[in-house]
Amino acid sequence: IAYLLTHPSSICAFLKMACQGLAKGETTNTLKAESESLKAKLEEERAKLHDVELHQVAEKIDALGQFVMKTRRTLKGHGNKVLCMDWCRDKRRIVSSSQDGKVIVWDAYTTNKEHAVTMPCTWVMACAYAPSGCAVACGGLDNKCSVYPLSLDKNENLAAKKKSVAMHTNYLSSCSFTNSDMQILTSSGDGTCALWDVESGQLLQSFHGHSADVLSLDLAPSETGNTFVSGGCDKKANVWDMRSGQNVQSFETHESDINNVKYYPSGDAFATGSDDATCRLYDLRADREVAIYSKDSIIFGASSVDFSLSGRLLFAGYNDYTINVWDVLKGTRVAILFGHENRVSTVRVSPDGTAFCSGSWDNTLRIWA
Amino acid sequence: MTIRSDRDHGQRYRPRMSCLKKLEATVVQMQDPSTGVKGTDQKLNVTIIPHVITGQDIVAWITKNMNIDSDEAQAFGTMLVAFGYIYPLQDHKKLVLRPDGSLYRFQTPYFWPVQKWKAEDTDYAIYLAKRNIRKKGVLDAYEQEEYNKLHKWMNHKWDFIVMQAKEQYHAGKARQKADRVVFDCQERAYWIVHRPPPQTHSAMDYGLDRHIDPNAEEKKTYDYYRRIIIYTQQAVMRSRVKSSVSLGALAKYITTFKNHDPFLVPCLPSNPWQTDDDSYWELNTPDVEIPTKMRVERWSFSFYELLNDPRGRADFKIFLKKEFSGENLAFWEAAEELKWGTAASMSEKAEHIFKTFLAPGAPRWINIDGRTMGLTVKGLEHPHRYVLDAAQTHIFMLMKKDTFYRYLKSPVYKEMQKKAISPAPHNFSEAQLQQNMRNRRPSIDPIITWQKEQEEKAKAEAASGPKVRDRCMLKMLYLTSYVHMTAEQLVPIICIATSK
Repeated sequence: IAYLLTHPSSICAFLKMACQGLAKGETTNTLKAESESLKAKLEEERAKLHDVELHQVAEKIDALGQFVMKTRRTLKGHGNKVLCMDWCRDKRRIVSSSQDGKVIVWDAYTTNKEHAVTMPCTWVMACAYAPSGCAVACGGLDNKCSVYPLSLDKNENLAAKKKSVAMHTNYLSSCSFTNSDMQILTSSGDGTCALWDVESGQLLQSFHGHSADVLSLDLAPSETGNTFVSGGCDKKANVWDMRSGQNVQSFETHESDINNVKYYPSGDAFATGSDDATCRLYDLRADREVAIYSKDSIIFGASSVDFSLSGRLLFAGYNDYTINVWDVLKGTRVAILFGHENRVSTVRVSPDGTAFCSGSWDNTLRIWA
Repeated sequence: MTIRSDRDHGQRYRPRMSCLKKLEATVVQMQDPSTGVKGTDQKLNVTIIPHVITGQDIVAWITKNMNIDSDEAQAFGTMLVAFGYIYPLQDHKKLVLRPDGSLYRFQTPYFWPVQKWKAEDTDYAIYLAKRNIRKKGVLDAYEQEEYNKLHKWMNHKWDFIVMQAKEQYHAGKARQKADRVVFDCQERAYWIVHRPPPQTHSAMDYGLDRHIDPNAEEKKTYDYYRRIIIYTQQAVMRSRVKSSVSLGALAKYITTFKNHDPFLVPCLPSNPWQTDDDSYWELNTPDVEIPTKMRVERWSFSFYELLNDPRGRADFKIFLKKEFSGENLAFWEAAEELKWGTAASMSEKAEHIFKTFLAPGAPRWINIDGRTMGLTVKGLEHPHRYVLDAAQTHIFMLMKKDTFYRYLKSPVYKEMQKKAISPAPHNFSEAQLQQNMRNRRPSIDPIITWQKEQEEKAKAEAASGPKVRDRCMLKMLYLTSYVHMTAEQLVPIICIATSK
């Protein structure tokens, strides 16, 4: 964490260098050659410490038993594709958003709808529940992220108190509150991520580095809580330092768009789901990809991934209407779940790990346990 | 005839639907005369249709050749039908694979879905017009609606459309009856895929187009390479650990938390989603008086787990109170509030924190090394949200490496371990489960819970204000801690101490 405090001068030097024109004797080709050789050196450094594979470590761990996961609740009420959902910290409420602009807050346990908001735009691709449980944030084709404070009065029109927080130049793909209700992190089709102050709508930090739409982001659960990971259509997964806006690590091994990124519960790794029909696990401390979760019979993209509480299971929703459950350590698939009648667009495990919720383009959400 | 859209942002080249290529490869294999799915001739109305296959044969072939179970094979087969590679002869509007005697046919490659161009409205209009010519009133209600809509907005080229429709109709009449029936089925199937009937969806729908075309080459100027060089140089310099170490840590985490993962080991007394009994949540509320044994065990896994659980944090505070060292945690909490708080409240909070924790003579003065103190105090002149990071990290590490372990060995924790309860697993009968399902309890609105928490917090803050500390206690603390400070820091303290 302290590297920025100790090396500010070197960063400045680098940035100065970047702004200058070509120095004496340099051409685009020499620079290209230098960047290629540096990339090779990076791979070399990574390979030096590559002394064991994940499945070897997994050999010492017991295999998993048989699983019985069933749909315990089916939430019907959206009139169009469900695009996103998020859990409330009370472990039973959820917020979901859909293509027709409706955002609904449910008590998933009783299946009652508690609040409903109609956004002024369609394709609400991002929604998030505030840590306090008192507000929800959502956005999509309006290029904005808006926060709606929830009310105890069921007749109150929530749109009246709406607060417009984030402004991007293209669609909002994902949003997340940080540790409090006061800040929101957003990612957009304009290729950037940004951190905003909710009260004032002020841009606190922006993150540039993706060369195409950013589709997903996730905040690190670690005690330091200062980093997040994002994935996009440029096939890259980038790790960012929230304080400085710097891209601290980058992984480019997928063969197609990365639809979703999620941290491993310890914060030392993260998983991705991609249109290339694979999910992958990246180890942040070893700085490399450590597992690929794929099967010949799975040929449709993974739209959403999430870990179980211990990190042993990876739940992934796919575009072929199924959900596959992977053994993170051994790399095998432990279950395949059917039930949705269209693409599974979002999969999230509840805060206490007792269930996970899947949202689909078949207009429903299902709770599985 | 086909109009290529420039706004597809390279969709045609992107492996967005590379799944189609893989599906095609499978379909070709399935049509192999010797190893593929066996077809027969079937009589439909008065015509004999060749190469008809049944749903169960398709599922059996997929199960065998792709080495998966029949459920997965059925799901895979449904994809083949949804994309139009195989079409149903009966109930043609529902694009699913039924694993029984239902009849299907392979679609002709001419009508295979390609991602290069979209099925155009002009073609759809011609198709509907043609069917209208053949027999009036044969269109379904939704098709009639579409036809009327197209007629309206394509009015300017309606003559062309009718002419094309007539030509195709006549060309069709010239064919053999059997061929014509087959072709009609194929064409109809194609349009069901691309223009789904109401209450159904088209598998070709992939959602929104992505905004930036990743195939558009970024201009590779010197600036582009410079950025890569800078980034890669930093990446090379970054420290990384051996895979055996980091992967070992991942595996260790899994093993540590295994018993706490409700998907691996059933939670006690029972999972509310499975039994419709919410005792598990009642026993684990953030402010429960007696926590469960599992919860107390989890606090010992790491300092982060202890702090993250409000009940654990509360217990830790009790321990700190006994040790008269609550100021460390209080400072950490205040720093968190600063970091995650609103931008407007920044300077006010920073000042409050300085006065309470960092100023010489502060009522809850924290003990950090001189250098960090110096940096922090300097930073507070122009406060920003990360100004306390260095101090906060120092205090956090101190608590993590020392206080936390003393807590785990303390009577406070041991007592909590003894008091903690171990609920017995539920054993509901079928009838009881049914009753539970009818009586699912609603819960308190999180807004109310939040309001209560804020009230409690305000009360606690008012109670433990800076005036509580005894002045003598303060003097004692100064004297014991001044040895850790530099001369320049000692001067103001001595002044204050002597002035009291």
